Amino acid sequence: MSHRLATGGRLIDRSRTMEFSFNGKALSGFAGDTLAAALLGAGQTLVGRSFKYHRPRGIVASGAEEPNALVGMGEGQRFEPNQRTTTTELFSGLKAISQNHWPSLDFDIGAINAKLWRFFPAGFYYKMFIHPRPFWKWVYEPIVRQSAGLGKAPHPETRDADRYEQIYAFCDVLVAGGGIAGLTAARAAADAGQKVILVEQNAHWGGRAVVDGAEVDGQPADAWVDATLAHLNGLANVTVLNRTMVSGVYDHGYALAYQRVADHQPGADMPRHRLWRIRAGEIVNAAGAIERPLSFAGNDLPGVMLAAAVRDYVVNWGVTPGRRVVVVTNNDDAYRTALALHAAGVTVAAVVDARKEATGDLPARVRAAGIRVAEDTAIRHVEGGKAVTGVALCRFESDGGAVSETIACDAVAMSGGWSPVVHLWSHCGGKLTWDDARAMFRPDPNRPPLNQDGQGFVRCVGAANGDLDDADEAPMQPVWMMPAQAGYLLRAKMWLDPQNDVKVSDVQLAAKEGYESVEHTKRYTTLGMATDQGKLSNINGLAILSDALGQPIPQTGTTTFRPPYTPISLGVIAGEARGEIFQPLRKTPMHDWHESHGVHWEPVGHWRRPYCYPRNGESHAHAVSREITQVRKSVGLLDASTLGKLVVKGPDAGRFVDMLYTNIMSTLPVGKCRYGLMCNENGFLSDDGVVARLSEDTWLCHTTSGGADRIHAWMEDWLQCEWWDWKVHVVNLTEQFAQIAVVGPDARKVLEKLGGMDVSRENFAFMDWREGKLGGFDARAFRISFSGELSYEIAVPASQGQAFWNRLMEAGAEFGMMPYGTEALHVMRAEKGFIMIGDETDGTVIPQDLGLNWAISKKKTDFLGKRGMEREAMVSPDRWKLVGLETLDGSVLGDGALAPLPGKNDNGQSLTQGRVTSTYFSPTLGKGIAMGLVHRGPDRMGEVIEFQTETGGRVAARIVDPCFYDKAGDKQNV
Amino acid sequence: MSDAVSALAGVRASGMVDLADAGLQGMITLRGDLSSATLAEAVRSATGADVPARRRVATGSTGQALWMSPDELLLIVPYAQVGATVAALETALADEFAMAANVSDARAMVAITGAQARDVLAKLCPVDFSDFAVGELRRTRAAQVAAAIWREGEDDWRLVCFRSVAGYVWGALATVAQPGGEVGLYR
Repeated sequence: MSHRLATGGRLIDRSRTMEFSFNGKALSGFAGDTLAAALLGAGQTLVGRSFKYHRPRGIVASGAEEPNALVGMGEGQRFEPNQRTTTTELFSGLKAISQNHWPSLDFDIGAINAKLWRFFPAGFYYKMFIHPRPFWKWVYEPIVRQSAGLGKAPHPETRDADRYEQIYAFCDVLVAGGGIAGLTAARAAADAGQKVILVEQNAHWGGRAVVDGAEVDGQPADAWVDATLAHLNGLANVTVLNRTMVSGVYDHGYALAYQRVADHQPGADMPRHRLWRIRAGEIVNAAGAIERPLSFAGNDLPGVMLAAAVRDYVVNWGVTPGRRVVVVTNNDDAYRTALALHAAGVTVAAVVDARKEATGDLPARVRAAGIRVAEDTAIRHVEGGKAVTGVALCRFESDGGAVSETIACDAVAMSGGWSPVVHLWSHCGGKLTWDDARAMFRPDPNRPPLNQDGQGFVRCVGAANGDLDDADEAPMQPVWMMPAQAGYLLRAKMWLDPQNDVKVSDVQLAAKEGYESVEHTKRYTTLGMATDQGKLSNINGLAILSDALGQPIPQTGTTTFRPPYTPISLGVIAGEARGEIFQPLRKTPMHDWHESHGVHWEPVGHWRRPYCYPRNGESHAHAVSREITQVRKSVGLLDASTLGKLVVKGPDAGRFVDMLYTNIMSTLPVGKCRYGLMCNENGFLSDDGVVARLSEDTWLCHTTSGGADRIHAWMEDWLQCEWWDWKVHVVNLTEQFAQIAVVGPDARKVLEKLGGMDVSRENFAFMDWREGKLGGFDARAFRISFSGELSYEIAVPASQGQAFWNRLMEAGAEFGMMPYGTEALHVMRAEKGFIMIGDETDGTVIPQDLGLNWAISKKKTDFLGKRGMEREAMVSPDRWKLVGLETLDGSVLGDGALAPLPGKNDNGQSLTQGRVTSTYFSPTLGKGIAMGLVHRGPDRMGEVIEFQTETGGRVAARIVDPCFYDKAGDKQNV
Repeated sequence: MSDAVSALAGVRASGMVDLADAGLQGMITLRGDLSSATLAEAVRSATGADVPARRRVATGSTGQALWMSPDELLLIVPYAQVGATVAALETALADEFAMAANVSDARAMVAITGAQARDVLAKLCPVDFSDFAVGELRRTRAAQVAAAIWREGEDDWRLVCFRSVAGYVWGALATVAQPGGEVGLYR
């Protein structure tokens, strides 16, 4: 059984005990432990159940590659599933629970699946759940969802208690990995004066060398690491970050690094994670290598671990996986594990070596220590249930039919060789080459990922480059299956991917069923999926696939390496963007006033606009009616500040606005306003608004609220890319002004009370604008109306908007002045038959469809959209055109309701002859009114057609003129 | 006008850095040919500053001139004088292809002061601050919105954004400047 050794552990502080719990059981470890080390130290070998068969599982690795030992961490707002115990630093009060077990880790009902393994072959889900079709949704999926999967997601309403952030950084060289190779590369770049960011995913530096007691430059590795770090930390051009993993490499030297700032001190007043968004001239991949497991029957039992991980636990944390350990290997490196265990006083029962002979220096040292070495030998199978009790051996070159002997042990340390961590090389397209001698893929220096200059921008160093520093060792021997000719029953117990329960037999079955592409085999068998993305299993799996397909491994190739290297938190991807600052909220100068006056908001782009202002207990519909009635009867205020205000100025400005608008704007006299339409090149209506001519060479173009930035960009696009020699400047003054519409028969009286500007009918006519003082405020007033009432839209500097609004409210008090919202605005414009961009238009509507021919110049030789609207389909009499609609029963038509016709089109869809574009209850008229686009609509005045209702019925409506109120326009022109 | 209030209404906060609403500023967008002697003279009379070089801020006796694009400057003058300054610019540039527009009320300005100002800004702005000199300026974004930032003094920075998103920018700055978020990237 795993336990803590009496001495040793270079990373732990035995004077500082830390209490934690696992599945509610109180355990303790030491400061400096990982959760995995503490669990092993506390004798907790069984840590989870497997994905499909619910097999007992233990810790396999000591780093990011861990497939099994994933736990749910924390509680409530800090609960997080699938946390790797091997990369979790222990802290006092840590609470972890194992995953994928029911009802308990020790007794799991799902383990019955393991007895039924013959019925769960590769592609089981695809084969089983296809028929009958409805069963997937109602029977299979609920069951599969309950029993499969890894950790459970937190409750959707849970709010993450922690904060997260991101930071942008720039460097000449980004070094990923703080082992000897990474530190060496960082030092070389730093000493050459380059700006360096050096990151290490763990809390500690030095990689394998410090564990294995290597020497660097004649110094012990740990002393060299300390000295090098001290040197780097003292340099102004170097940023050194531990607990930071380069999670992905992207185009043009962009990389993401994931810093776990406060995971080891939860609740600290710090960001939990920080995402570094780094632009680097060069990225040095010094991420090391990952040891491969060996495929032998029962290699997934708790107690079977990677040999180097066993060494890590002994040396770093003073923990051994067992009292009597068998080492199994195909290379010399694993002998170091035997020596480390032996030095720590742990019995090494034997080193089982698949090679014909083990004659190197390391095997000699092991033999000298009195440890038995069994050559040309394989583990036939591991004995035990929830823990290892022994191993049965056989000749390696055999089918495993004959057990040569059984050795009692409680742990197995395995090594199948090493795979360079090439992910960061491969994320952006770096290619690999197969190294036959070491049976591994390594970066092909001739085919690096390329940057914007066509140059390679990732360089691999050290073990990540395949430089395993094994010159003194005897060659390894590729072993993909143990024993070499294992029969089916053994192969069906050899785990390739313990996280996804994929065995040697599954990959072989996939090959037999015709899966030749490694990418397809991955999806079919689930090999290398989920949180570990096959860090341990991929190479072994594709070797088995290659063998089954009878082709060399490089021909099979690898699956695609995609970021992130290991999972990063969703919180850090969101960064600071949550709560109030989840996205920008645009506020008008009167925003806070609206808020304090009971506003009900409507989002318009990033703006919030008042929809209506319900008073105590009032429904929205009632508030809207009240606001409309007040405006039609007396006077109301609208915050129109969000309207786009683009000033177009210059010698060619007149020519420019004539091209932008469908009608003529260059002839507009100074002091006058004109309504205009803008179309795109296809003739489709894009935006509308009132244009005011401010001076001889200056036009002010009002756009829709949502269109301001888009139309500004549209203007700049034409000026910069097409008409670059036209002398026109455009400045977006949308936010410079608070714009307030004073609307209603009493509007003039209110403004007269303010004093200043002459607002009389005689001197300030409909469609005029004037500049001057109003109540002491610098104001520009426009006599324009979107409601059909007497109306002044008044712009004042935004900083004075609230003060001016207050003055208008005061001055209007005697008339019952009240603010009105966008819904009242919409109803009133619909009563007048005015179109709204986005309601009557949808990107396929031309102005002629809306009866706006009067606003399209016939004199101009050109304007944007002119040719488009002359195309055959645009001039067809069969277009759907704008009409008013009145239900016979006075009810309100459904928004977007279709007018069906009998019959179907070629796609089997019902034929239609029109649809509703705007529909409201009009309090002014006491009935429902609507506008809609109807096939040949204006030719069919008076005709009654049917529209669908939301409940599936039909309602009859008469086609009428779209203007329902004051058709002569007398009320706005007073 | 005494009724005028800045979007951030004088708010202040402290954390890794000090944040403060810089208050109402006279700001003028000046479009035109930046190599024109007439324009240079107009800028000088408005601010006392020369036309700034690319991505630079020029400071004069009565204001500042900030480079915004190859044909655009932002002039900063006292808020009360902006109307007169715009009028003077229009007169001076009457024969030029140029445009001056008062944008004082369309913007908000935040002062960011303290030794960690660059670390705070780097959390929101994709900008390399390592060789960012005093008097240098960038048009960039602050989190999700457009912004211009410049280095007024060694540990003294300014950020300008649109008025409507002043609250958003303030919230983002205050969030990433909270104590505990120290980085040590720029030392």
